[in-house]
Amino acid sequence: MDVAYLIETVIKVVVVLLIFSALAGIGTYFERKVLAFMQRRLGPMNVGPYGLLQVAADGVKLFTKEDIIPSNVVPNIFKIAPVITAATAFMAAAAIPFLPQFTLFGYTVHPIVADINIGILYVLGMMGVGLYGPLLGGMASANKFSLLSAARGAAVFISYEVVTGLSILAPIMIVGSLSLVDFNAYQSGGITHWLVWSQPVAFVLFWIAAFAETGRTPFHLIANDHEIIDGFGTEYSGMRWGLFFIGEYANMFFISFVIPLLFLGGYGDGSFLGALGLLGKMAFFFFFFLWTRAAWPDIRPDQLMWLCWKVLMPIAVINIVITALVMMF
Amino acid sequence: MFEAIAFYLFAFLTTVMFFITVTTTQALHALTALAAGMIFISAFFFILGADFLGAIQIVVYSGAVMALYAFGMMFFDTTRDVKEKNGNKFIVFGLSIIAAVLIVVIFAAPMVSTNIVALHPMIEGAGNTQELGMVLFTKYLVPFEVAAVMLLVAMVAGIVLAGKKMDLSLTLMNDAEIIDAKKEQHKKVL
Repeated sequence: MDVAYLIETVIKVVVVLLIFSALAGIGTYFERKVLAFMQRRLGPMNVGPYGLLQVAADGVKLFTKEDIIPSNVVPNIFKIAPVITAATAFMAAAAIPFLPQFTLFGYTVHPIVADINIGILYVLGMMGVGLYGPLLGGMASANKFSLLSAARGAAVFISYEVVTGLSILAPIMIVGSLSLVDFNAYQSGGITHWLVWSQPVAFVLFWIAAFAETGRTPFHLIANDHEIIDGFGTEYSGMRWGLFFIGEYANMFFISFVIPLLFLGGYGDGSFLGALGLLGKMAFFFFFFLWTRAAWPDIRPDQLMWLCWKVLMPIAVINIVITALVMMF
Repeated sequence: MFEAIAFYLFAFLTTVMFFITVTTTQALHALTALAAGMIFISAFFFILGADFLGAIQIVVYSGAVMALYAFGMMFFDTTRDVKEKNGNKFIVFGLSIIAAVLIVVIFAAPMVSTNIVALHPMIEGAGNTQELGMVLFTKYLVPFEVAAVMLLVAMVAGIVLAGKKMDLSLTLMNDAEIIDAKKEQHKKVL
């Protein structure tokens, strides 16, 4: 390991952190605008042109708000929980190839922080660890509603991790590798080589599970909207609450990168158009998260569990068996 | 050099985390420290180049075991300190230190006496995951399959224990009783 490699890695980490922290902020702006247009409102309009500076205003508010630690909470755990959410979201990004490799001033850059050969497993594992944020936040809060939401959150994450893992197994068997780069290389032959054509069921299952993994609207039970409180975040204020938010939005962006990389060809052959294609696909999946939030209500916890264990998991298992049989003969 | 730094850093962190786990009286602290310790252990697998095992360590220990542990924690108030009944502290500490030293000696003695040789040398061109698969499905096939069957048995047992009306057997009932039971089911409003 030479010094150049170390410096390159540090620069990559900083770039990913900065870009996606900023994107998480801008993501909230997109979300408000998209929701507003779908509900025939204007959304944020007053701060800056088309309300673009609303993000900055929110940032100023979050940073300058008093950081309150309620008296009955477990202070250390209460303080560390939002950091876990944000940190694990960014740690998951280490194994995601964001762009094809390109040459900058005669130096070949691989836009992936660590090209480990078990990328998918690592990304999903890290997103699973992300459940500690809401869980510990809720448990340390000394608030019964927070505790409830923590319990729900943990149940959702654990259940849907099963669906994610099982749905991804069939594509892994076809590609024969756990590396996201290999997945991309397998599909680089063009639109007919995309895994979504041979694994449509796995694609839909993974997509559904992605909503649960990121805690987005049809499965938005961790934030208890119907109880008019913010679930595990009820007791939080200022930037600690903001960290939960950054973690959630960063997770949305990262899973929006992972779905196209796994099923929709990723960056293709690595050309400039391919790179733009990946960003376009990512934008679509991010938009779809917001679209669903505008169009669908939350489902009940029991329906959520029913959907996971009695519908999605059997389908995923059948999909694996059929794929295995087809590959064998 | 980086490997050495990483090893000592994570060795220190893991030890500190598990020390917190056993010494704290605050249940949430213990829970979080245990989770952190489990995740730090995966760093050793990554340092040794066993990426697959490292990721599995994160997924299994943090994802599944710790989450289930957390469910257990939800049955009492985790924001209060736990009053532990400690007997003689010296006996507890002495026994645990002796046990730890014994385990280290048991595992370290063979390594010191004969240099350890890998039973399955690295295969050129095969990735980490493939090598693990090859060993699992050739030499260790029987233990692997037996473990799978045991897990299946445990899963069925878990479903039977947790499921409702699992004590009824449809094969032992006659048709009239089954129809009655079904009517009973439809009466329930979800």
